[in-house]
Amino acid sequence: MSLNLIVFLLIAAVILVAAVGVVAFKNIVHSALALILSFLGVAAVYFQLDAGFIGLVQILVYAGAVSVLFVFAVMLVMDRDAGETNLVNPRTRWIGAIIALLLTSGLAAAVYLTKWPQMQEPFAGDAVRQLAGLLLGDYAVAFETAAILLLIAVVGAIILAKGAEE
Amino acid sequence: MSLKFFLENAWLIALLPFLSFAIIGLYLHRWPKISACLSIVSIGISLVLALGTAFAVFATKEGVVYEAAMRWLDMPGLRVDMGMLLDPLAAVMLIVVTLVALLVQVYSLGYMHDDPGLASYYAYQSLFAASMLGLVLANNFGQLYIFWELVGVCSYFLIGFWFGRDSAKEAAKKAFITNRVGDFAFLLGILFLQLLFGSLNYGSLATALEGFNNSAVLLIVALLLFGGSIGKSAQFPLHVWLPDAMEGPTPVSALIHAATMVAAGVYLIARAFFIFSASPEAMLVIAVVGGFTALFAASIALVQNDIKRILAYSTLSQLGYMIMAMGTGAMSASIFHLMTHAFFKSLLFLAAGSVIHALANEQDIFKMGNLYHKMPVTAGTFIVGALALSGIPPLSGFWSKDEILAGTLSSGHIFLYVLGLLVAFMTAFYMFRLVFVVFFGSNEAQGHPHESPWIMTTPLAILAGVSVVAGFPGSPLMHYAFGHYVNSPAALHVVPGALTMIISTLLALSGIGLAWAMYQQKLLEPRLLVDKVPQFYKLLINKYYIDEIYAWIVARAVDATAAWLFWVDINIVNRLVNNIAFFTGRSGETLRYTEDGQVQSYALYMFGGIIVILAAALYLGLPG
Amino acid sequence: MMPGLSHYLLLAAGLFGIGVYGVLSRRNVIAVLMSVELMLNAVNINFIAAAKFVNHEQIVGQVFALFVIVVAAAEVAVGLALIIAMYRHKKSVNLNDFNLLKW
Repeated sequence: MSLNLIVFLLIAAVILVAAVGVVAFKNIVHSALALILSFLGVAAVYFQLDAGFIGLVQILVYAGAVSVLFVFAVMLVMDRDAGETNLVNPRTRWIGAIIALLLTSGLAAAVYLTKWPQMQEPFAGDAVRQLAGLLLGDYAVAFETAAILLLIAVVGAIILAKGAEE
Repeated sequence: MSLKFFLENAWLIALLPFLSFAIIGLYLHRWPKISACLSIVSIGISLVLALGTAFAVFATKEGVVYEAAMRWLDMPGLRVDMGMLLDPLAAVMLIVVTLVALLVQVYSLGYMHDDPGLASYYAYQSLFAASMLGLVLANNFGQLYIFWELVGVCSYFLIGFWFGRDSAKEAAKKAFITNRVGDFAFLLGILFLQLLFGSLNYGSLATALEGFNNSAVLLIVALLLFGGSIGKSAQFPLHVWLPDAMEGPTPVSALIHAATMVAAGVYLIARAFFIFSASPEAMLVIAVVGGFTALFAASIALVQNDIKRILAYSTLSQLGYMIMAMGTGAMSASIFHLMTHAFFKSLLFLAAGSVIHALANEQDIFKMGNLYHKMPVTAGTFIVGALALSGIPPLSGFWSKDEILAGTLSSGHIFLYVLGLLVAFMTAFYMFRLVFVVFFGSNEAQGHPHESPWIMTTPLAILAGVSVVAGFPGSPLMHYAFGHYVNSPAALHVVPGALTMIISTLLALSGIGLAWAMYQQKLLEPRLLVDKVPQFYKLLINKYYIDEIYAWIVARAVDATAAWLFWVDINIVNRLVNNIAFFTGRSGETLRYTEDGQVQSYALYMFGGIIVILAAALYLGLPG
Repeated sequence: MMPGLSHYLLLAAGLFGIGVYGVLSRRNVIAVLMSVELMLNAVNINFIAAAKFVNHEQIVGQVFALFVIVVAAAEVAVGLALIIAMYRHKKSVNLNDFNLLKW
C-alpha cells in the first residue's frame, strides 16, 4: 500500500460518496453542494495524474462557474418547499437502478477483462507547454471552433433565458 | 463543291427532316401551310444531298465506301455508335426514300388540303423520313434498331392519323403490336451478336464472323434477326397488320406501307447478308417464308374488292418476292426489285388515292368504272404502274422481276422458280382486273368524278416516268450496272436469260389477257368460277381466316393467363400484402405506447440498448 | 503498489453508473442535468488517465478533456437557460410534466 494508492482511494471515496449525494439528497441545494465536492475530488484525481492544468480548469470551470450556474438556476425555479425539490421518479426508480448497476458492472468487467498496457516512464517534460503546443498547433482549428461554440452558447443562453419579446 | 463534301455531310440527309419535325412540332403547328412547305423544302434538300451522295458513291468503278461514326453510348460490354455507312446499297436506298418521300409530301398537299391535322401530318411525315433515312445510314445494328423502332412508331402515328375512326385506332394498335413481336426477336438477335462478337458494327461483325463456325448458334441468330424482317416487311405469319394499315391516309400507305418502311426488312437482310449467307439453313427458311408469302398474298389479292387492299396484298406479295430472292442469295436482284417496286407501287397507291379522292372516299372497285375518260392522267399513270408491276418490258418491274426469277432458277430452287412464275401471272391478273373494272368497266361511278389538281397529278407523272426508266440500271442496256455496284461477296448475281424473259412476259400478258376476257369482254363470267369452288373462294375472301385464328388463340391464351393471374393476385399477392399491412398496423398500434413522451423512458431504452451491446461485446470478446 | 490505469477506469465506471442512475430516476430537470455532469466527469477521468498511462509522449487525452469541459460548460449554460424558459411556460421543472410528444 503506497501512499499514492491510499490517497487515490481516499479521493475516490470522496468522489463516489459526493456523487451518491447528488442523486440521493431530497433538497436540490444539497445536491448542488455535493456536486461541487465531487467536482473538487475529480480535480484532485487530475492533479494525481500529472494533469495540473486540467485540474485547475476543472476547479475554475466546474467547481466555480458551472456550480454557480446550477445554484442560480435552482434559485430561479424554486417555488416550493426546498426539502422536496429533488424527488425520485417512482416509475423509473428501480428499473433505473438496475440499469445503472448492470452498466457499471459491465464496464467493470470490461476493465478487468482488458489487458491494459503497462505503465510507462512518467512524463518528465513540461505538460502545460506541451498542451499549449497541441492546442495552438495540431488542434488549433478545434480550439477556435470551441471558442465560437462558447460564444454561440452564451448568446443562445441569454436569448432563451430572457424569453421572446411580445 | 467536291464530292467529298456530300460524303462527309450525308448525316444532314437525315437531320434536316428531323429538324423540320422538331420545328413544326414545337412552333409551327398552328400554321399548317407553312409547316407543309417547311417539310417539303427539307426533304427536297435531303433529296439533293442524297443525289450528291449517290454521285460520290458511284464516282469510281468499284463504288466508294465511306464510314464515319461518333460514340453515343459506351459502357462495359456494350458500345453503340451514331454513325453512317455510305456504300452503293445505302446510296440507292437514300435516293428511293428521299424521292418517294418528296413526291408523296407534295401529293399530300392536294390530297390532305382540307384536313384539320395537316401540320401534325407533316410533322409525322418529316419524322418518318428522318427515321427511315437514319435507318438507312446506320453503320451498326444498335443505331439501326433505334431508327427501326422510330419508323415503327411513325407508322403507328400515321395509320392512326384519323384517330376519330375506331377502325383506324384498331389498325394502328394492330400494326404496332404485331411489329413488336418481330422486333423483340430482332432485339434478341442484336443482343446475341453483341454477346457473341462484342460489337454491333457491320464491318467488325463481318470480320469477326469469318472465323466463326458454330452453325447452330449462327442459325439461331440469323432467324432472330429475320424475325425483325418478318414483322417490318409483313411476311407470313406476321403479315396481318399491313392490309389493316390501309386505314391511314393513302399517301401514307404509298410512302410507308408500300415503298419504304416495309422494305426496311428487306434492307435489313441485305445489310446483314454476311450473317444470313453464312447460314444456309436460315437462307432456306427465308426463301420459303418469302415464297410462301408471295403466293399466299397474291391469292388473296385475286378476290378483294377494296382498291387499297388489293394494292396492300400486292405489296405483301412483292415483299415476299424480295425476301424469297434474298433467301436464294440473289441479294442484288432483291434490292433492285425493292427500288423499282418502291417507285411503281407508290405510284399505284397515289393514283388509287387520286381515284378515291375524286370519288369522295369510295374504295370498292365495283362501285367505280369507266374513269378513263374522266381522269386521264390518273388512269394513264395507274396503267403504267400496273404494267410495270406486271413485268411488261421494258418497264422497270420487268427487269427486276426477271432478275429474281433468274436468281431462284440458278440457285437450284426449281419449286420457288415455278412459284415465282405463278405469282407473276397472278400479279398481272389481279392488277388488270383492277384496271379494267375501275377505269374501263361499264359501271358508272357515283357523283361527278373529276381529274385531281396538278399538285397531285405532277407527282404521279414523275413517278410514272421513274417507273418506266428505273429498270434500266439493271438491264443489259446499262451493262447491269446496278448489280455491279450493289452486291455482296457472298451474294449470287445472275442475269436473266432470254428464256426466263420470254416466259415471264408471256405469263404477264396471259394474266392481262385473262383479266381482259373476264372483266372487260365478259367472255368468262367470274361468278361461274366462284360457284365452281365456293369453299376456296370463301377462304380467299376471308384471307384464310388468319385474323380469326389469331383472335381465337390470343383470346384463349389471354383469358387463361388472366384467370390464372387473377387467382394468384387474389390468393397470394393480395393476401400477402394484406397480412403484411395488418401485421405492420398491429405492431405499430402496440408499440406506439412505448412512446409515452417521457424523456426518461427514452433514456431507459437507450441505456438498455447500450447494456445489450456491452454484453455482446463482452461475450464475443472485446476488440483489441 | 501504485494506482494503475484500471483503478482510474473503475472509479470512472462507478461515477458514470451513479450519473446514469441520476439521469434515469430524478424528477427534477436540474438534478438530471447535474447527473449528466457527473457522467461527463467520469469520461474526463478516463481521458486524463489514458493520457498518462497509454500515450504520454503526446498528452492528447488532456486536450480532449479540455474540449469536453468546454462543451460541457456550453451545454450547462444552454441547458439551464432552457430549463428557465420551460419553467416560465409550465411553472414546473418536473420531468413528468413534459410529455407533449407522446403517441
